[in-house]
Amino acid sequence: MVGTKELIKNLSVKHGIERKSLLPILQDIVEKENFLSNDSMIEVARILDISAAEVYGTASFFSFLDTEARGKYKIRVCKSITCDMKGKNETIKCIENILKIKVGETSKGGRFSLLETNCLGWCHKGPVMLVNDEVYTELTPEKIRETLSEYIREEK
Amino acid sequence: MSKNTITLIIDGTKVTVEEGTSILDAAKKVDIEIPTLCHHEDLCVAGNCRVCVVEEKGKNNLTASCAAPATEGMDILTSSPKVRRARKDIMALLVSEHNTQCTTCYRNTNCELQTLASDYNVDNDIYLSVLKNNTTIDKSSWSIEKDDSKCIRCQRCVRTCAEIQHVNALAVTHKGHEMKISTFMDFPMNEIVCTNCGQCIIHCPTAALTERRYYDDIWEAIDDPTKHVVVNTAPSVRVALGEMFDYEPGKIVTGKMVTALKKMGFDSVLDTDFSADLTIIEEANELLVRLKKAFVDKEEVALPMITSCSPGWVKFIEHMYPEHLGHLSTCKSPQQMFGSMVKTYYAEKKGIDPKDIVCVAGMPCAAKKYEANRPEMRDSGFQDIDAGLTTRELGHMIKQAGIKFQELPEENFDKIMGESSGAAVVFGATGGVMEAALRTAYAVITGRPVPFDNLNITPVRGMESIKEITIKFEDCVPEYSFLEGIEAKFGIAHGLTNARAIMDQIVEGKSPYVFIEIMACPGGCIGGGGQPIPTTDEIRKKRIEAIYAEDMGKPIRMSHENPEIKEIYESFLKVPLGEKSHHLLHTKYRKRKRY
Amino acid sequence: MTTHINKLGYIFSKDCECDDILKNTLAKTKDEVVSELIKSGLRGRGGAGFPIGLKWKFTASQPEEVKYIICNADEGEPGTFKDREILTQVPKKVLRGMALCAYVTGAKKGFIYLRGEYKYLVPHLQKNIDEFHEDMKKFNIDLNVEIFLGSGAYVCGEETALIESMEGKRGEPRNKPPYPNQFGYLGKPTVVNNVETLASTMIVFRLGADVYNNLGTKDQQGSKLFSISGDSPKEGVHEIELGMSVADFVNEFGDGDTKAVQVGGVSGFCVPRKNFNKEIIGEGNTTGGSTMIFNSSRSMYNVLHNFLDFFAEESCGQCTPCRVGCQQLLKGIEAVKAGEKSPKYLDQLIKLSKTMQITSKCGLGQSVTNSFTSIVNNFREEMIY
Ligand SMILES: Cc1cc2nc3c(=O)[nH]c(=O)nc-3n(C[C@H](O)[C@H](O)[C@H](O)COP(=O)(O)O)c2cc1C
Ligand code: SF4
Ligand code: SF4
Ligand code: SF4
Ligand code: SF4
Ligand code: FES
Repeated sequence: MVGTKELIKNLSVKHGIERKSLLPILQDIVEKENFLSNDSMIEVARILDISAAEVYGTASFFSFLDTEARGKYKIRVCKSITCDMKGKNETIKCIENILKIKVGETSKGGRFSLLETNCLGWCHKGPVMLVNDEVYTELTPEKIRETLSEYIREEK
Repeated sequence: MSKNTITLIIDGTKVTVEEGTSILDAAKKVDIEIPTLCHHEDLCVAGNCRVCVVEEKGKNNLTASCAAPATEGMDILTSSPKVRRARKDIMALLVSEHNTQCTTCYRNTNCELQTLASDYNVDNDIYLSVLKNNTTIDKSSWSIEKDDSKCIRCQRCVRTCAEIQHVNALAVTHKGHEMKISTFMDFPMNEIVCTNCGQCIIHCPTAALTERRYYDDIWEAIDDPTKHVVVNTAPSVRVALGEMFDYEPGKIVTGKMVTALKKMGFDSVLDTDFSADLTIIEEANELLVRLKKAFVDKEEVALPMITSCSPGWVKFIEHMYPEHLGHLSTCKSPQQMFGSMVKTYYAEKKGIDPKDIVCVAGMPCAAKKYEANRPEMRDSGFQDIDAGLTTRELGHMIKQAGIKFQELPEENFDKIMGESSGAAVVFGATGGVMEAALRTAYAVITGRPVPFDNLNITPVRGMESIKEITIKFEDCVPEYSFLEGIEAKFGIAHGLTNARAIMDQIVEGKSPYVFIEIMACPGGCIGGGGQPIPTTDEIRKKRIEAIYAEDMGKPIRMSHENPEIKEIYESFLKVPLGEKSHHLLHTKYRKRKRY
Repeated sequence: MTTHINKLGYIFSKDCECDDILKNTLAKTKDEVVSELIKSGLRGRGGAGFPIGLKWKFTASQPEEVKYIICNADEGEPGTFKDREILTQVPKKVLRGMALCAYVTGAKKGFIYLRGEYKYLVPHLQKNIDEFHEDMKKFNIDLNVEIFLGSGAYVCGEETALIESMEGKRGEPRNKPPYPNQFGYLGKPTVVNNVETLASTMIVFRLGADVYNNLGTKDQQGSKLFSISGDSPKEGVHEIELGMSVADFVNEFGDGDTKAVQVGGVSGFCVPRKNFNKEIIGEGNTTGGSTMIFNSSRSMYNVLHNFLDFFAEESCGQCTPCRVGCQQLLKGIEAVKAGEKSPKYLDQLIKLSKTMQITSKCGLGQSVTNSFTSIVNNFREEMIY
């Protein structure tokens, strides 16, 4: 919690304490802490002098501002039509098998969360997934395995 | 004319309005009613329900009349076939998302959605139900019940809590089909920064937000022969209860109300105004003591002193300004003073064991329910007030008892704590506590009545957001000579957004006042969260007029002249701020979390 | 009808020359710049198709001191990825377009509202912005540009929702009027333009308004980027002169077995094979440039279901017709497919989508009917059996 307080203080210096700073601050918290904890939302509310409900109401509007605990690596698989046509379901199954989690779940130890998302803007190269900010296109089972094992290795 | 005017045509009729007027308001000018749901005159425009759509000739898409300004030459149709079909479709959509249970619903016959759905004869079967079946009714709060299955997502409550109360306890969360009205992290209502003011309730068009109801408990107590059930009613109830029985707003129904309550079987029907007078004596004296400490003894005291009779306001300051609780008067609210007096003084006089007394309060307020349940409020050795009922609940109970309200004769309150002054009556309107306090304080300080025509301190009256008055004390009685020549400023705020402005001045050390009255609800208690729905500015004003009329009709107009008050000090309390008072009539506050 | 596919290379031509274009353009008066833009016929490429010249002119005429420019890079329409490509390959053109807008309107602060999904582009863009700030000194253009990241909400591409979210609020579209030109970011006059629109200004002033205007047809002038995806061997971004028929398009980009083309993304129209010859891409269906090609192996029910799922999720949820309507359409086609509702119910749903069109607050709810009606009407059997 001390860490969170410190972080948010720094972010408020970086982005300012007006309401318009809310999204950048929340985005940076998610980047550092993987999601928005109750404590962090309360702290942001305090610093911006708005209510915690407003912070939550705003955060919950945006799918990238997770208010549920998430893993260090958030895998977002595109479910929009062309990715769907090109094998989104197989992609998901493949990831589920490797990480032993279902869509919406976070792996034990909090490393990976598997999520679906709307169009990622790579429709011509589907199926596509985002791991945090990195894009992976034209996914095949091999490519998925390769990519994920890199993340798994890196963690160790 | 300061503003430009605009002429448009609505349903074939020429209308001229000021620039910036909405189509909806322009239509009202020529008596054309356009249905609305998300619109509320107290609140900013949302334009999200879309039932107010109208057709602008030459445009394919319809226009939301509440949100669109009238422009020169517009040709508007408010009830074309296209409009009617679209409206009916929207209504059908709202119904498809709604847990329609009108027969068992608290807002049955007083629901904006129901009225519209009925006017348009919406077919329940057109669409599939998309009602979320995972919602439960949140009954965690003493005051507020939240039932998301009845919510039409008009956001009126959210705007109320933000604009009028500046609390922002409610927020719109999520998006798309998951969008809903919720609290921080969907916490239950009793765990959040809610003041229980109930303003969201009276701004809600449906039964999604209602007061938690206690009347079944009361009926049970009335039916229990071992219980002595006492009811006391606040001044604002008598000027609004009539609205539940088809009287015009502003009708004073004191006598009929008393008769109805007696008929319902209450053992004693008493007047909260009595304890309002008591509050004034204690509070005025508390102020004088603080002033003396500050001026004569040069002690550190918290000034300005602020009134504490509005429990929503009290919870607000506990949450938002926990470091400044010293400014609050330690006086309990009239309701709670009443309760502790009933279970001590009244019990003693009547020779009834206080454990057999059930004390009920009829209030214009939702927060009073919560206040009655505060652990601090048990100084009589029992829970001082067993239940707080809203004006609306009282209305329901009267109907349940099969009483024809309009036909009732008029009776007087029972004795022992049934007598009151006009000063107590004006408690119901914003500025009223100030007026009552000044009538008594001025008399105590100078030995003369306040220098206003008929004791009517008009500067403290009215709907202005923050009011102030300066009073100069001259020719003071010897005890208060330290106030000689002093010009003291008094402030009044209603609605918590205005309260916040007053508090921020205090925090900055810039408050010009010695004494401040704050009421949580706009207009004061007459606009409370427990009052009949609708409550609008026009209705608030009518209720306020009734309050002042009732005051003028009272033979006694100052609290300290109420004979029952004199009697209670002589025989029971002895002196204001004395030991008994301290124990029974004053209280403490607690610091609460801001978030 | 004779149309032709004219593949062009204006937008992605090297962006090193755009400082010269800017220099020459800044030699003109503001009024001249505006009237050339109007003459060029360049319309917004973000979907609504508003003439850029008029938008700038109106904002320029606002008396306020402080004004803003926002480059809309929220590109969330499924099937659209051309703005990402522009920002990757020729960000300079976009920034020069913003500089021109600053010159015309007097704005001193600009933002690129970049969707969160494209966050990986930030370092690249920031580098270009830094260079831009340096370069603009010699033009006396005082425009500070900042990146604002979105956070995953399609509706924030709608300009007023975008502004709300920049102000730290939920991305709920505002009531219009007032439009952003008058009352935009922080209440100040604000120009919101799509990435491609801004970049296209550089083409207009490179070719001259007349030449630009001669591209395309009577109704649709200029060239345009198309994001092509689906059952096509040539998926990707292609710059094409406006005014080509769907038939030609399919010949060029289809896989030989094309059954339908979705023009304009999920909020656009679905053109079935039988209409390929009748429809001109970009006409009557102002387009953000997304074209999705479906071959005969695809179930149009699945396509529609996917679209409706998208809308039901990405609607901001504030207004009744869109929030509830999207759910009804989705549940409705499921019920028909499952035999729980009779096929006639589809007609009821089409009526509903029309109500959504005329009563919804913003373009999202208003355009659901486009894909819904065109798919249901043209592929009715697929909806039922
Ligand atoms: C639901 C919705 C989503 C939109 N998304 C985008 C978008 O991603 N990018 C964009 O440039 N315009 C988008 N628009 C259009 C914008 O509201 C706006 O018209 C546009 O940014 C103006 O720029 P232009 O005139 O250059 O096209 C969207 C509109 C709606 C209704
Ligand atoms: S909220 Fe209104 S419409 Fe809904 S059940 Fe209650 S009375 Fe009926
Ligand atoms: S009771 Fe008052 S403070 Fe609580 S949610 Fe309602 S309006 Fe807000
Ligand atoms: S709770 Fe009531 S006021 Fe609030 S959005 Fe729902 S229906 Fe409207
Ligand atoms: S049409 Fe949909 S997205 Fe647009 S304001 Fe209404 S609910 Fe929101
Ligand atoms: S009353 Fe106008 S949109 Fe709701």
